[in-house]
Amino acid sequence: MTPITVRVDGAAYTDDVEPRTLLVHYLREQVGKVGTVVGCDTSNCGACTVHLDGEAVKSCTVLAVQADGCEVTTIEGVGQDGLHPVQKAFHEMHGLQCGFCTPGMIMASIDLLEDNPDPSDDEVREGIEGNLCRCTGYQNIVRAVRHAAAEMRGGGGGSRNGHVSPAVVDTAAAPHVAVQA
Amino acid sequence: MTAVEDRPGVPSDDAAAPEIGRARRRKEDARLITGMTTWTDNMVLPGMLHLAVVRSPVAHARITNVDVSAVREAPGVIAVYTGQDLAEEQGSLPCAWPVTPDMVNPGHPSIAVDQVNHVGEAVAVIVARSKAAAQDAVELADIDYEPLPVVLDMEEAVQDGADLVHDHLESNTSYHFVFDAGEMGTGSDTDQAFADADVVVSRRFVQQRLIPAFMEPRSVVVQPQGDNYTMWSATQIPHILRVMAAMVTGIPEHKLRVVAPDVGGGFGGKLQVNPEEILCLLIARRLGKPVKWTETRSESLMTAHHGRDQIQYVDVAADREGNVKGLRVRLLADMGAYLRLITPGVPALGAFMYPGIYKFPAYRFECDGVFTNKVPTDAYRGAGRPEATFAVERIMDELAVELGMDPLELRRKNWINAEEFPFTTVAGLAYDSGDYETATQEALQLLGYDELRAEQQRRRESGDPVQLGIGFSTFTEMCGLAPSRVLGSLSFGAGGWEHAAIRMLPTGKVEVVTGSTPHGQGHETAWSQLVADSLGVPFEDVEVLHGDTAISSRGLDTYGSRSLVVGGSAVVKAADKVIAKARKIAAHLLEASEDDLEFAGGKFSVRGTPGTGLGIQEIALAIFAAHDYPEGIEPSIDAEATFDPENFSFPHGTHLCAMEVDTETGFVKIRKYACVDDVGTIVNPLIVEGQVHGGLAQGIAQALYEEAVYDDDGNLTTGTFVDYLVPAASDLPHFDTGNTVHAAPGNPIGAKGVGEAGCIASTPAVVNAALDAVRHLGVTDIRMPLTPERVWRALHDGGDGGERATARTNAQAVDSTDAPSTSGGAL
Repeated sequence: MTPITVRVDGAAYTDDVEPRTLLVHYLREQVGKVGTVVGCDTSNCGACTVHLDGEAVKSCTVLAVQADGCEVTTIEGVGQDGLHPVQKAFHEMHGLQCGFCTPGMIMASIDLLEDNPDPSDDEVREGIEGNLCRCTGYQNIVRAVRHAAAEMRGGGGGSRNGHVSPAVVDTAAAPHVAVQA
Repeated sequence: MTAVEDRPGVPSDDAAAPEIGRARRRKEDARLITGMTTWTDNMVLPGMLHLAVVRSPVAHARITNVDVSAVREAPGVIAVYTGQDLAEEQGSLPCAWPVTPDMVNPGHPSIAVDQVNHVGEAVAVIVARSKAAAQDAVELADIDYEPLPVVLDMEEAVQDGADLVHDHLESNTSYHFVFDAGEMGTGSDTDQAFADADVVVSRRFVQQRLIPAFMEPRSVVVQPQGDNYTMWSATQIPHILRVMAAMVTGIPEHKLRVVAPDVGGGFGGKLQVNPEEILCLLIARRLGKPVKWTETRSESLMTAHHGRDQIQYVDVAADREGNVKGLRVRLLADMGAYLRLITPGVPALGAFMYPGIYKFPAYRFECDGVFTNKVPTDAYRGAGRPEATFAVERIMDELAVELGMDPLELRRKNWINAEEFPFTTVAGLAYDSGDYETATQEALQLLGYDELRAEQQRRRESGDPVQLGIGFSTFTEMCGLAPSRVLGSLSFGAGGWEHAAIRMLPTGKVEVVTGSTPHGQGHETAWSQLVADSLGVPFEDVEVLHGDTAISSRGLDTYGSRSLVVGGSAVVKAADKVIAKARKIAAHLLEASEDDLEFAGGKFSVRGTPGTGLGIQEIALAIFAAHDYPEGIEPSIDAEATFDPENFSFPHGTHLCAMEVDTETGFVKIRKYACVDDVGTIVNPLIVEGQVHGGLAQGIAQALYEEAVYDDDGNLTTGTFVDYLVPAASDLPHFDTGNTVHAAPGNPIGAKGVGEAGCIASTPAVVNAALDAVRHLGVTDIRMPLTPERVWRALHDGGDGGERATARTNAQAVDSTDAPSTSGGAL
């Protein structure tokens, strides 16, 4: 067992861990941060993404001992002062269905927006390609990330470069409503 | 009924507007975006033990010796169970769909006793204090296998003298299912139709094996309490699981509670009674301790049921003018090693949909269910209907080529016209409503069809190495599973009704209990919208409860695009009953005749006296107090309802794909995807759009990316997300989606179902598009998934590019860098 001290979502934890323990298992099983989930065993799905000293990492690729002395932010801590704009945008744009990939997707998206505050659709798609979603087909996730980007830049969402809210899209796509009696 | 009149299905954020049709943001999101979710694997119970499963590394073998003595001595291990240990009590996993009276079902042990029949089959279960300790001990199990011949290829497996998966059976064929429209009286004689035809086109299509690949791995927790058991499972079907688990284990049904907490996707993959669910129950019963099993992703891909895996031999007959005369379909359907819950029924579900939207006068379908040494197949999004839609939409394109006709004109010539609904097809289904022409016109506009056709022409004329093609899929599906009597006639082991209850709480809040079990579909939001409109209460005042057999007493769960159509209808019916009960209380309290009361906006008022009256939420409090209510009735306005549909519903749509094919590299890229779906009344356009997007992603993934591949020894070589290519955001295009709305006449909401539409429709559109791009270069088919290698081989070597590509996967023999370097001269 190896002692580590990690600050998780603002609180300090000192624990003994097996050297082989992955950060995600430490977070889930010892710290109780079950908002962060495990979706695969090959670091492909990104469901376990957290921030380690401000950078997005797949917490299944990091040993708990490597996080010793570090600051970890999980989905449970990202919105401690209310919802983060990216969380709000996923809700607003219907960027989730079953929600299992969502914590990792949100954490990856926040990191993406820190690197690129105004990504294009393609840049969002490339930026989150390390995170798999099986439900949404990604389109509303892309909308959500760009909506959040606009919010975070202070420009308000939904008005630029064809970036529209899903409600507007729905209306535009269904002008030919032909109800039968 | 009360809920749907005057609802055009147009989204609105107007607070005064009806809830149905509003793009309500989902209630579910609050916990999902903050990590406050209850996934089964999050659960920790005092004294809980953890299971790990020792699995067979071989596809077909007799178990000659099992030595788990070292496992027992491993740190943290509490117990270990082999197949012999559990043989007497494990029963057989259920198959609920004997599609023919003489179907052969070899039985399905949860844990192998003396023989393994696919890689990954459980052979021992280790119980330990931690998951890590249990997994560490797996490699200490010493199990000897005597190999048996491995059966993998269906076409070989059905030959006389083939090696057998189950050597106590006579053959590898489980059943032979036939639907003949001539014999059933729903069509004319098929052989005659082919004999008389001007043109016959025959094709063999391969529906590759797919893996549902829900994001949340399966997980089970069982807590024993005396002789009562509670099972939490990441399942789509807590109600069905409860019944089946009781029957398998002998635990009385009323002693077993099943809970599906937050469930992270299913797509049919969690429509199952899993071996591990039974094993958890048996072991919790033995040990008297709570146990948990959570699979790894590798376990999931290897052992959770797969989907598709059919070989389709399709013949179409037509006259020279392009009028279709007959359709003949012969299937080989890979069951895998065992029959799971609805394994044999999946191709049978498709049997009725091969005629698609076309007026075939003659139709014959036959299917052999074939055993192989692979994990069983079962439901995967669409379940039978994607296969059927693929076959008919592909063969229509092939027929168009044969006739020299435009593929859309051929479809138009043969599809059911809007004025012909309701239309009984040659398969005997009564299609309820629709307008294929309008949906197609809208889709053509969304795609920008004329411009893309012009560009295609330019690229062909200039010999552009990147060619462009446009693919059609004009589809319908049968949804809203299902009329119970019809299921009975198909020998299905259960009905297709759904149940709902509404509890009016004293404070005016409303609890809605649904037997439909969501795992991402947004029931809590959509059902709240239904009830808000029906009862005239605020959306926020409604809470939807689900997924727990102790709370939701009756239900048949979620699959087959049934939840809104059947489950939502039950909710609306229950609301109608609440109003009927409340009306009597209102009449009493208002001292008026029931007949003089009108109910609108959540309020009963005496006709002609607007502004007065009594709200239904006030009545809820009054009847809770029960100080003053009419004689002869019970003091409650709670109600429940069970809705059994009279017919399936038939969503339809036109999906168009524009595809770029790089003839030098074989790389394909979707240039544009447009679709217009008619899913009936739209309760929440956000959710509908999301369902279509997700379905498109999975249907496109079948066409382009995904395949479960076994090597010659029966090892799954796509056993991780490294190898099994669930598409990422960068692999998928933007979708342009739209809707037409023809309300379904068969249910009070008018909904047709949307969960599977995108998945069913998109696959043939994508493949047809790729072929349209390169057909002038001599390519007539490309095996799915359309990997660059397969496309390149089809372009350069002829054939469908599939056999050799598969061989490469098996042998790792061909250097993929060969492909581009030799491509130059061929085009």
